Amino acid sequence: MNELIKNLIKDGPVLTDGSWGSQMLKRGLKGREAPDSWNLTHPDAVEEVARGYVDAGSRIILTNTFGSNRYVLGKFDLADKVVEINTKGVEISKRAAQGKAYVFASMGPSGKMLVTKDVSRDDLKQAFEEQANAIAMAGADAIVVETMMDLNEALIAAEAAKQTGLPVIACLVFDSGKQKDRTMMGNTAEQAVDEFTKIGIDGIGANCGQGIEGFIPICAQMSAATDLPIWMKPNAGLPDMVAGEVIYNTTAQEFVRFVPDLVKVGASFIGGCCGTDQDFIRAIGKTLEGL
Amino acid sequence: MTDALIQPLRDAIVEMKIDETEDLCRKCLDASLSPIDILNNSLIPALDIVGTLFRDGDYFLPDVLMSVKAYNNCYTVLEPLLKGGDYKPRGTVLLGTVAGDIHEIGKNILLALLQGNGFDVIDLGIDVAAETFMEKARETNPDIIGMSALLSTTMPCMKEVIDLFTEAGIRDKYKFIIGGSPISQRFAEEIGADGYGEDAQAGVELAKSLMI
Repeated sequence: MNELIKNLIKDGPVLTDGSWGSQMLKRGLKGREAPDSWNLTHPDAVEEVARGYVDAGSRIILTNTFGSNRYVLGKFDLADKVVEINTKGVEISKRAAQGKAYVFASMGPSGKMLVTKDVSRDDLKQAFEEQANAIAMAGADAIVVETMMDLNEALIAAEAAKQTGLPVIACLVFDSGKQKDRTMMGNTAEQAVDEFTKIGIDGIGANCGQGIEGFIPICAQMSAATDLPIWMKPNAGLPDMVAGEVIYNTTAQEFVRFVPDLVKVGASFIGGCCGTDQDFIRAIGKTLEGL
Repeated sequence: MTDALIQPLRDAIVEMKIDETEDLCRKCLDASLSPIDILNNSLIPALDIVGTLFRDGDYFLPDVLMSVKAYNNCYTVLEPLLKGGDYKPRGTVLLGTVAGDIHEIGKNILLALLQGNGFDVIDLGIDVAAETFMEKARETNPDIIGMSALLSTTMPCMKEVIDLFTEAGIRDKYKFIIGGSPISQRFAEEIGADGYGEDAQAGVELAKSLMI
């Protein structure tokens, strides 16, 4: 096992961070803007989000680089800013962490589909390598490939991340199939474990897609199939719109009720995805301390 | 005789036999089956089955896409023959992902299944402004306007579109349907949409029900 990952988990489950997008919306991000472009235009606001998680007790924070590959940025005419946006994203999180938390840089999907030949494997590989290399150059501690809906794309991204020499965690979205434990492409947790293990992944997991209850069986399936550390970032349930505002229905208190079960079935890293914030992270931290 | 050709074609589409469906379709035509019968008794029922398998979690996205490809191989053969006859599409749907949202996968699955169920679909693509929905609706006069959003941050744009149509006094000329992973029935009611589809097949069923 990678030394950094081993050290992190040696005393029990590690608290990661919560969502970034909704925090930036609160600070004025508009729907039409690329959230990652704020690394260039509003670095102070991004740093505030990151620092909020450090203050809430996150031992790992991510970066505002989820969509910083040339395909997603290209939809905002920013395809030529991949290196700059990733570099700034890592720098901002490192500044916010001040040595109190590790910085795991986020890499999300391209938005293109291999299965319909929207994009070739080679082009995807190049795009993810471009992003991963920028992240590594900027000094991230590790890379998290996350919110992937297609195992094949996730593998390409994870391999691109691995070639930097940094430890890599890979996460898929499990929200499909009868039991909501398959990816949109039908991949199972076991298949994910098998394939990621082959490329020497340092941790595996799930994020987004559903609330924390649904993550417990997925985590159990993963721990039955591997000894790799497991990374879990559930949503705060599904959102609703009330009086013009998008709200998530699960409260931090409801969320943390399931945290002990998630730990019991083998989660090593716990945080939140969409709809979770600093309060969720504080509450998860408290729950973990009590275990 | 008819069933002996119609059913294998339907099954081949469901079973994603993309290399066989075109031949099977031509065999139906060679046996003097009318293009519209082939469409109504093989192609459309096949995609109905596929949509149901998808909804029930037996089929996943790649399966749906393969089946739609198998369907399209046949539809390409039938289309020129249908255009001359009494064939009428089930309805016209104007489809787009709302402003600020660049996610197209969900929208494209619905698009494929709607086409497979006899709808004409006009695809406005992604990041579609409310004004564009309005301009295109005036231009193409669809029966249904379908909006997609993956992000909770872009969900409110759906309301903006409906509000814009309401202000212009043309809201009731169209049915509005919405979908996307953060969308719920409650949200659909909140913004005054005519319906919400939990998944692509539910969206197709909804569109069909609105055309009755």
